[in-house]
Amino acid sequence: MKKELNAQMSLHTTIKHYRNILIVELNGELDHHTADTVRQEMDEAIIKASVKHLIINAKQLEFMDSSGIGVILGRYKLIKAKQGKMLICNMNETIAKLLELSGIFKIIDTYENESDALSSLEVIS
Amino acid sequence: MSSNDMKIVFSARSENEKFARMAVASFIAYLDPTVEELNEIKTAVSEAVTNCIIHGYNHDASKQVELAVSIEDTMVTIQITDEGKGIEDIELAREPLFTTMPDGERAGMGFTIMESFVDGFEVESELGKGTSVRMRRRILSSNVLFN
Repeated sequence: MKKELNAQMSLHTTIKHYRNILIVELNGELDHHTADTVRQEMDEAIIKASVKHLIINAKQLEFMDSSGIGVILGRYKLIKAKQGKMLICNMNETIAKLLELSGIFKIIDTYENESDALSSLEVIS
Repeated sequence: MSSNDMKIVFSARSENEKFARMAVASFIAYLDPTVEELNEIKTAVSEAVTNCIIHGYNHDASKQVELAVSIEDTMVTIQITDEGKGIEDIELAREPLFTTMPDGERAGMGFTIMESFVDGFEVESELGKGTSVRMRRRILSSNVLFN
């Protein structure tokens, strides 16, 4: 059921774990319509005790609007409560501009790619 | 002077946020915009349509949103209109981070993003009557020739 819903929703999340780091790959379009599902899927993973840090890999994220900013800020609060760090990598130009406008880069670090983001966390975790 | 226009009316359903931005992108594609120009316009359209659905109509899918696009040479004008509840204080609504839904994980960035991603931006709203936003953006990359 969930899979079917996802197929219609034009946004897929792939969730990976690496030590205490949760890596979420977003694939497709993140807008008001898809935000609730992404939010739920990420929260189910974040809530696990083993998770401390979060990397969002936006390589396959073709589109995002301000609904995505809400999703990112909400997840940031959860990770912050766990004293973890949240990182974003592989954003396209428009998404980077959108996040810049929202001031999110003051609290969330960005990296060119997933391995750079991972290495930065391995130093601190 | 070369002009072209279209108008679509659709249900205020969140599925149609994607439909609306794809429709605009398809309509202006012949102007040959860059990927970034197209993405910025799609983002602005998405913000405006989302506002109609969430704020104008409070998720009442029986209501309708109107999307009108016109092209004059390389200038694209997009007008997105609802007949919803209207905005009480437009100046306040345009403030970055202002949101009427602080608990709903809404960023309060919709108008700021629209204004940043287009060249001209106007909002008209009347309480109980509805809201209309008009955005203009010139496609600088266009190599379409007009005569």
